[in-house]
Order: sequence, then structure tokens, then C-alpha cells
Amino acid sequence: MDVQAWTYLIVGLTFALYIGIAIWSKAGSTKEFYVAGAGVPPLANGMATAADWMSAASFISMAGLISFMGYDGSIYLMGWTGGYVLLALLLAPYLRKFGKFTVPDFVGDRYYSNAARTVAVICAVFVSFTYVAGQMRGVGVVFSRFLEVPINIGILIGMGIVFFYAVLGGMKGITYTQVAQYCVLIFAYMVPAIFISMMIVGTPVPQQGFGSMLTDGGGYLLDKLNGLHQELGFAAYTDGSKPMIDVFFITFALMVGTAGLPHVIVRFFTVPKVRDARVSAGWALVFIALLYTTAPAVAAFARYNLINTVSNTQYVELPSWFKTWEGTGLIAWVDKNDDGAVQYVNGKAFAGKPVFTEGEGAEGQRLISNELTDNNNELYIDRDIMVLANPEIANLPAWVIALVAAGGLAAALSTAAGLLLVISTSVAHDLIKKQFNPDLNEKSEVLIARIAVACAVLIAGYFGINPPGFVAQVVAFAFGLAASSFFPVIIMGIFYKRMNKEGAIAGMLTGIGFTAAYIIYFKFINPAANTPDNWFLGISPEGIGTVGMLINFVVSFIVSKITPAPPEDIQELVDSLRYPKGAGEASTH
Amino acid sequence: MEKGKLQEYWQTNLKYLVGLLAIWFVVSYGLGIFLAEPLNAIRFPEWSGGGGFQLGFWFAQQGSIYVFVILIFVYVGLMNRLDKKYDVHED
Repeated sequence: MDVQAWTYLIVGLTFALYIGIAIWSKAGSTKEFYVAGAGVPPLANGMATAADWMSAASFISMAGLISFMGYDGSIYLMGWTGGYVLLALLLAPYLRKFGKFTVPDFVGDRYYSNAARTVAVICAVFVSFTYVAGQMRGVGVVFSRFLEVPINIGILIGMGIVFFYAVLGGMKGITYTQVAQYCVLIFAYMVPAIFISMMIVGTPVPQQGFGSMLTDGGGYLLDKLNGLHQELGFAAYTDGSKPMIDVFFITFALMVGTAGLPHVIVRFFTVPKVRDARVSAGWALVFIALLYTTAPAVAAFARYNLINTVSNTQYVELPSWFKTWEGTGLIAWVDKNDDGAVQYVNGKAFAGKPVFTEGEGAEGQRLISNELTDNNNELYIDRDIMVLANPEIANLPAWVIALVAAGGLAAALSTAAGLLLVISTSVAHDLIKKQFNPDLNEKSEVLIARIAVACAVLIAGYFGINPPGFVAQVVAFAFGLAASSFFPVIIMGIFYKRMNKEGAIAGMLTGIGFTAAYIIYFKFINPAANTPDNWFLGISPEGIGTVGMLINFVVSFIVSKITPAPPEDIQELVDSLRYPKGAGEASTH
Repeated sequence: MEKGKLQEYWQTNLKYLVGLLAIWFVVSYGLGIFLAEPLNAIRFPEWSGGGGFQLGFWFAQQGSIYVFVILIFVYVGLMNRLDKKYDVHED
């Protein structure tokens, strides 16, 4: 069987599985629809959280990014895992004790204010839409490369699947589908990683393997990479080139942002008890760590394979994967010195993404019309292809390549579903039920929630097919906003009894205002000035959420000091959050 | 339960939090970022099979993640014991 037949088979089987689970786990009540009846076992919730959290970006893009960034890639590895410590220690148990359905629910009740609830709803919806557009795009890319259907058809198929199980099953359907999706995606990630580790360093454990000796006798892999990097003019693989202060701020913003993302937090509402919330954060991180400790190994192997295969190789002698990906436009080569060989050194081969023209070059390569740079680099490689192309680069069997496609789809679909649910609960529960129509009965609320999911799927699909040019830029936004709004407001709500609504609202507005202004200025108004010299203390827009968070903390503290204390019953509510006893009762409302 | 007892429970919880978060900070930001360069002079012993790892780089890309996992389970264990001791555990 060829790759395409395998892909149809494996992707078809996984999709049938997801639909089967959806039918089995149809939701009846609002509690089932929003939080899976708060009856998910902690281990299953850990797996679902892992699938929810690990998106197309984690699965497809991250190892590729690290591969090109070396040590600097640690910002993603630490930033996207360290937040779970904060979640387990500072947020999850208390929010579970609170026992309602959503993050805006908590903000609105704790700060006895519909204004605060509305700010939270807007942030939750914005953050979730930013994310979900990227997921839909990821689905489209996988479909178009492996099944050779147009990207838009791929997105429509993905939308259909998510539509089916999110609308029907709500959180209950999503949770159990995510458990299945985790199994698919981790298997799909580990199998090629183990194969490649065996080939390059001769050990089946990639985590240890990338610190081992090469089987071809070239010494340690990382030493070899550092040597190759030096030869080609890149910074040493294990050193990186970002300033330390920026690495610190970006890592911190990603950690705090992770802990503040509504689709992650809401997963901890689905377990039966407070102690389940703590331990399921632990399980979630175990399942995430499995992929996140493998990713840097995959990155190093891929880097080594790439340089070895292409550097100074004659174009006509390159393996077939090079031409396949050149066909998709994600690789491009310009023969600057007319020697027919690929020179791959530090620097950009040309400005921007490749713009291909008709006809072929002397060696049969696709021609581009971009303006060339004056350095010697001749190669353009899109970072996203490293994970997807890795099995081909390493000559693995066809079924492994098909498996990677199914894994990428599982990662994208699971995250998309979690985000769509946040959007629909925010609208149906926090906006319509809590603010416009408190008398809404259970049955109509579930119906409205289903309609809201359906609309959200359609809007997300639209953005997937017509991606706004700013998707990449707004990812910094999602984390910055989560870090500078939700995180401080929830932490203060639990750990500082005296915090009142004036403080919380002032803190959120200044935190978000500062972060948004900084990002908008450098990403949209004046992108030319987006260089380290112009940054505040050398902090990039990706890391500014950390500063926004600090501003939020300070402002809310000061404002709460000079305004009246919160009412007695709110202080009692905070007290009750701090002790696990009685979480079961609190969840029935 | 009486207020003083609950206060005591909360104070112990806060003590655990400060201790564990200090480790969280030192391992990731201390060893993985601020001290990464000097630590890179140290390598894993050869018998470990990971002799290519420089310590600072390893903490940034592997070690910190393992410590994060351990920290959460340590907290779970500590709190389960504490909940029982102060009789605030569920069921």
C-alpha cells in the first residue's frame, strides 16, 4: 500500500472512532454539556487536558521551531509546561471548589459585578477565536499534503467532524473524544521519534538519545551540531542568540498565559473532587511532558538530518522528499552561484515567502521572483515541515508517514473542540443566561449552547479558509491577554480576601490596556520599529504579557486599598474556596 | 470547624506553596536561563549515555520539565495528608 492509501485508512479509522464516541456520550443537561457532569476520572481528565492543550502548533510546528532556534527553543518547552505547576498549585483546586461552569462565572461572582463578567467574556471569546483559526488551518494543511485534496475541502471535512461531536456531546463528548485523540497523537509522535533515534544514535529513548554519540562515529550529536553550525555561520545549537532578559520574560508570559487560558482552566471543572483537580493537573503534565521532552530530541535529529542531506549537495541528487515539499511551496532553492549545489548557511536567501514563477531553472528547480539578498544562503525552508517531513527524510515506512498525518489531525481537532466549547459556554451561559435572561430553563439553555457551538464552528471554518494575515501576530496576543487579565484576577480572588471589584476591574483594564497597546504598536502600527533597541527594557511583544501581569497586580492592589472592602458574603465565599470539603454540593446549582 | 484551625490549615498550605514555587523558579529560570551559560561547562558523565548534554542546556530542554511533574505530585501528596489531618477532605 502506498502512503495515500495508508493515510485514508488510518485517518478514516480515527474519524470513525471519534464519531462513535460522540454518539455514545450524548449530553442531556447543561451540567453534562458544560462540564461533562463533573464526573470525569482524574486520569482521563489528564489525558483530555493534554490533548486539549497540545494543538496543531505543538504537534506540527514546535519541534521545527526548536530545530531552527536551538537553545532559544527552550522558551516554548519550559513556557508551555511550567504553567501547569501554577495551575495545580494556585488555580485548579480552588476553582473546582468554586464549582461553577466557566472562568467568567468565577470573575463575575467573586467580584459581584456584571461589568467584570463582561470583560472576562470578551477576553475568553477573543483568546479562543485567535487560537481556533490556527487549528482549522492546521487541519487544512495536513489534508492537502497527505490526501491531496484542496486545503478548503480539508477544512470543511474537519469542520464537519468537530461540528458533529461538539454539538451533540458538548463537554462530555469532547472529553472522551480527546482521550482517544491523545492516544492517537502521542503514538503518532513517538513512533517516528523512536525510529529516528535508533537510526541516528542507536538508542530507542529519544530523550536520552539526543545527548548520545552518533552511530556513524562522529562523536556526540550535540557537539557535531555545534560544529556544523559554526561552519555554516549559525549560533551554536546549545547557546542560542536571544538576549537573556527576553528569554526570561517570554518564558514567564507563556507560563502564566497557559495557566490563564480559559479552555485549559475549564477542564478542571469536570472532575468530581478538589483533590482530583490537583492530581489531574499532574497527570495532564505527565502526558504533555511525554511529547514535550521528545520534541527537542526530534528537533536535534531533524536538524542533523537536514544539514547532512542538503548542505553542499547537488540539487539533482537530492532525495525525493525535497522535491515533494518544493512542490507545496514550503521549500525553495535559488542557485545564486550557479554551481548546481545547495549552499545552506546563516541568513535569509531572499526577502519574504517564496513567490514562484512559471518554468524551471537549469537543474529543474522551481523559479522564484523574490528579491535576492546578498548573503550566500540559497535555501528557504518553512519550519512547519520538519515534523511532517521527518519520517520521509528518515525513509520510514509508509504507514508511519500516514500515522503522522492522523496525529496532526487529532492534535488540531481536539484543541479546536475545546476552544469552541469555551466560546459557546461564554455566550450561552455567561452572556444570555446570566445577563439577559436569568429565567432561561435548562432545556433551552442547552439548545442555545448547541446553536452557539454550531455558529462558532462556522466562523472558525471561515477564518480557516480565509485566514486573516495577522493570525501569527495575534498568538502573542492570546498569551499576553490571558497573562495580563485572567491570571492576576483569579489569583487575587483566591489569595487576597480584601480584593474588591474596583481593584479587579481597574487591574484588568490597565493590564490588558498596556499589553494590547504594546503589541498593537510593534506588530501593527509601526512594525519597522520592532527591534530590540526600541523595546521597553529589551522585552519583545511576545514577552510583554509578563509586564502587563505585574501592572495588573500592582494597580488592583492599590485601588482595592483605597476603596471599600468586598461584602461579607464574598469574604465568606473566598474562605470556603480554601477548604476542599463540600465541593460535591457546590457543583449542583 | 473552628476558625483558628482552618487558619492553621491555610497557613500550612501557603508554606507548601512558597517552598514548591521557589524550587519551580530556581530550576527553570535559575538553572535553565540565568545560570545556563556557566552550567554548560559541566557535562553529564559518560556512563549515563547522555554525555553530549551540557547541564544548562539540559535543564532548559529536559530537566525543568521533569522537575515540574515531580513538584505537582509532591504537592498532591502533601495536601492529601494535610486535608486528612485537618479533616477537610471530601467524603
